[in-house]
Amino acid sequence: MARVSAKRYPQPSINADIIAGHGLSGEEYQKVVKILGREPNYTELGVFSVMWSEHCSYKSSKIHLKLLPTEGPAVLQGPGENAGVVNIGDGLAVVFKMESHNHPSFIEPYQGAATGVGGILRDIFTMGARPVASLNSLRFGSFDHPRTPYLLGGVVAGIGGYGNCVGVPTVGGELLFEESYNANILVNAFTLGIAEKKRIFKGNAKGIGNSLIYVGAKTGRDGIHGATMASEAFSEEAEKRRPTVQVGDPFTEKLLLEACLELMKGDSLVGIQDMGAAGLTSSAAEMAARGGTGVDLDLSRVPLRERGMTPYEILLSESQERMLIVAKKGREKEVQRVFEKWDLDAVVIGKVTRERMFRVLFDGCEVARIPVAALTSEAPLYHRPSERPQGQDELQKLDLEKIEEPKDLGASLKLLLDSPNIASKEWVYRQYDHFVRSNTVVAPGADAAVIRIKGSEKGLALTVDGNGRYCFLDPYVGGILAVAEAARNLACVGATPLGLSDCLNFGSPERPDVMWQFSQVIQGMRDACITLGVPVVSGNVSFYNETDGVPIYPTPTIAMVGLLPKVERYVTPWFKSPGDLVVLLGRNREELGGSEYLKVVHGMVKGTPPWIDLRLERAVQQSCLKAIEKGIIRSAHDISEGGLGVALAESCIAGPEKALGVRVELPEMMRGDARLFGESQSRIVVSLKGKDLSRLQEIARKEGAPMRVIGEVGGAHLVVHPLVRLAVDELKSMWSSSLERRLSRRN
Amino acid sequence: MRWGVIVFPGSCDEQDVYDCLKHNLRQKVEFLWHKDRLSGKLDCIVLPGGFSYGDYLRCGAMARFSPIMQGVIEFARKGGLVLGICNGFQILCEAGLLPGALTRNASLQFVCRQVFLRVEETDTPFTCSGKKGQLLKLPVKHGEGCYYAEPATLERLRKNRQILVRYVDGKGRTSPSANPNGSLEHIAGVCNEGRNVFGLMPHPEDAGEKLLGGEDGLKIFSSVIAACDKGEKRAWPG
Repeated sequence: MARVSAKRYPQPSINADIIAGHGLSGEEYQKVVKILGREPNYTELGVFSVMWSEHCSYKSSKIHLKLLPTEGPAVLQGPGENAGVVNIGDGLAVVFKMESHNHPSFIEPYQGAATGVGGILRDIFTMGARPVASLNSLRFGSFDHPRTPYLLGGVVAGIGGYGNCVGVPTVGGELLFEESYNANILVNAFTLGIAEKKRIFKGNAKGIGNSLIYVGAKTGRDGIHGATMASEAFSEEAEKRRPTVQVGDPFTEKLLLEACLELMKGDSLVGIQDMGAAGLTSSAAEMAARGGTGVDLDLSRVPLRERGMTPYEILLSESQERMLIVAKKGREKEVQRVFEKWDLDAVVIGKVTRERMFRVLFDGCEVARIPVAALTSEAPLYHRPSERPQGQDELQKLDLEKIEEPKDLGASLKLLLDSPNIASKEWVYRQYDHFVRSNTVVAPGADAAVIRIKGSEKGLALTVDGNGRYCFLDPYVGGILAVAEAARNLACVGATPLGLSDCLNFGSPERPDVMWQFSQVIQGMRDACITLGVPVVSGNVSFYNETDGVPIYPTPTIAMVGLLPKVERYVTPWFKSPGDLVVLLGRNREELGGSEYLKVVHGMVKGTPPWIDLRLERAVQQSCLKAIEKGIIRSAHDISEGGLGVALAESCIAGPEKALGVRVELPEMMRGDARLFGESQSRIVVSLKGKDLSRLQEIARKEGAPMRVIGEVGGAHLVVHPLVRLAVDELKSMWSSSLERRLSRRN
Repeated sequence: MRWGVIVFPGSCDEQDVYDCLKHNLRQKVEFLWHKDRLSGKLDCIVLPGGFSYGDYLRCGAMARFSPIMQGVIEFARKGGLVLGICNGFQILCEAGLLPGALTRNASLQFVCRQVFLRVEETDTPFTCSGKKGQLLKLPVKHGEGCYYAEPATLERLRKNRQILVRYVDGKGRTSPSANPNGSLEHIAGVCNEGRNVFGLMPHPEDAGEKLLGGEDGLKIFSSVIAACDKGEKRAWPG
């Protein structure tokens, strides 16, 4: 076998430090040696280190993820591809996925968030779908933390800067602040595209002799795996440490998007994959693995941005806006013509081979030769130890009798509406283009966004939800609640769930307490998905979200997509006209554990998260959906953080028009704060005309959902008799300006 | 009549304009590729919104050099109708077809929201179906929409009644909070002296259906259709 030419490409010899610097354990290194039947060279070590990294291999999470239900009658593609695909009829399919970009966004918020958006967009259009809507789920540290305003400003500007420029609307999202994320923010980006069902493209290197074509931006040294730090010892000239965060170029992305979609109209394309994490290495290896083939790559042909890049650097670069295409042999010119039109590079850099080998050449020398399976299916797999933390019982203890009920619950409600987690997020979403592509029916600010599908009567609803605090207090229940709330949000606009994509953000998997949280969350999610009939079609895992040994709250974020059979039937959360009846679907319970109220008013994160019965949840959601389908619901709003009090206030003030008052009676025999701010699950506040009440009662009875008329829309006040009476105009101006006010105070 | 919508590299709203014209207004419309020369018989050319060439230099500064722009300039000189929306407005200013410039929003942030426009003049092909003082609800979405012109230019714009739309509140009054970007004199759109070239920052194509929040945007396009039907575009020669 031709070996690496040691003369031309001096590679450092491998020692224990270099192995450790690449993040491989001694055991893993021995496995490499065994697979190869020899010591790897430096380039090969780099390839193994990225492909066997947690990020690429899912080595700690895989066995748990298998528990999640991934199939359903409409699922065309579950996890394992660039994104999940679900059939929506009329010959169309939705393609969607969510991905995390947490660490880069903390180091460099603008570029970190921007490239997060870029990466997820590529995952979608690489499958042949035109991206039509994006969401994001963000977690920052406490609002008072000195770094928070800077990180928030940078992340929001980065998401907008990239998404706006590519022309994909950001139609929704969520944003929460909590001390737990002070040194480890979360940036989870989601995109959905629409494709013709019969024209879905996959990351598949099939057809021996077919060409591998590199398209898009040139390769630079940016974003080379953190493992490269080990190379500092190797570099003769002490090369300055480069930032590991990539820089986004949304303009090139836009060209790449248009060029790829144009190419996909023809039939020269066999497979295509984004060069995301681990760049050229992972896209080539994963495509070969799925195709049951091998690849020969000639790195000398890769378009480079800088001189003197080594094979190691070219293979591991994470430069953005690049794709690897497998094109039919003899059809390469067609591909090149399309990319030329869009002023992009398209270069044949290799071919598909029979022998299932990942083989890399540079200047005529073989610099790496690794069996494809070794990089993919044979990567290490761990069943890591897991253990319920010692302090969990203490954490769950909450004696309500020791919590003094405030005398002025109106003041508490104002405090909540003004708090960053509950206040209007308009300051954020007005920085995102949510109109482009002219499909947006319900813009950000509702329970779920709604877009119409051009050329059809149907619509899609999108939401993203996750409550790390609940998961911290009880990860199993927290996992259930995240899925249940997302589905409830869809029900509130009138959409039935099609599927979900998740980002699982956790601390280090090497900690038994974190692995316990992880496995519990997965089990909770699974139970909720099965009962509510929602398949998991894509997602990602982000471990190692911890600083100085303190992990973040376990935070699964759930992006769920639903279908509205008739989009014009959509419902929004705000009240419509005086005189409409206000009905509570579901049941109030006396519970305050893990609530926003407990945190904001009493400064506590304690207790158990709200109780949930998934059958009741289903009954409530079905009642709401069926009533919307019948056209009798005028507004529907999910009760979540801040409880019924906040939900009612939002229905009064969150609409685009003038605020409307409401008068509600809450005579239950339980503490006033629990009545107002308890976060009992499976509850929806709806409003409707009095004449339609009996029809709603009939639906709720059939579904088995409790319901009760609690009041009537009207007046200039939010009245919850006998607890609260507040002028809605005042609440609206406070709630809508809070975020901006706080930020300008800080600057 | 026939519409042409130019596609620059980085255009984002060309499909929205196309769909609005074709499906909402049943118009004949075609895309024009920026690398091509302008050819064929067209009545109105639209420069759509987006981020031509990424807007990395200065908004619209690169696109004005696209091969098709020479043809657009000649077309406009002969009295052809040219409508620039958002980035298209920026390009028309850079190309010298419209006076003034669009600078960074006063907030220094991208802004996406619904605004109200007040129709200031109706003797143009772009506003002839409207009434003076009429309000239109349209979305804006831009980072650089703050209209600026030298005092002498502004004076000329006023004198020639080239300011066609201003940002106002829901009651038709100008105010700082109704102005999304800090534009001088609350200017949302201006035309040239010949009144056949119009640029505006808000997006009429994204306000073409009730389902999407309103159809006030159709007023702009249907004005053009009405003007062309009457053959009145010749009433506004350059």
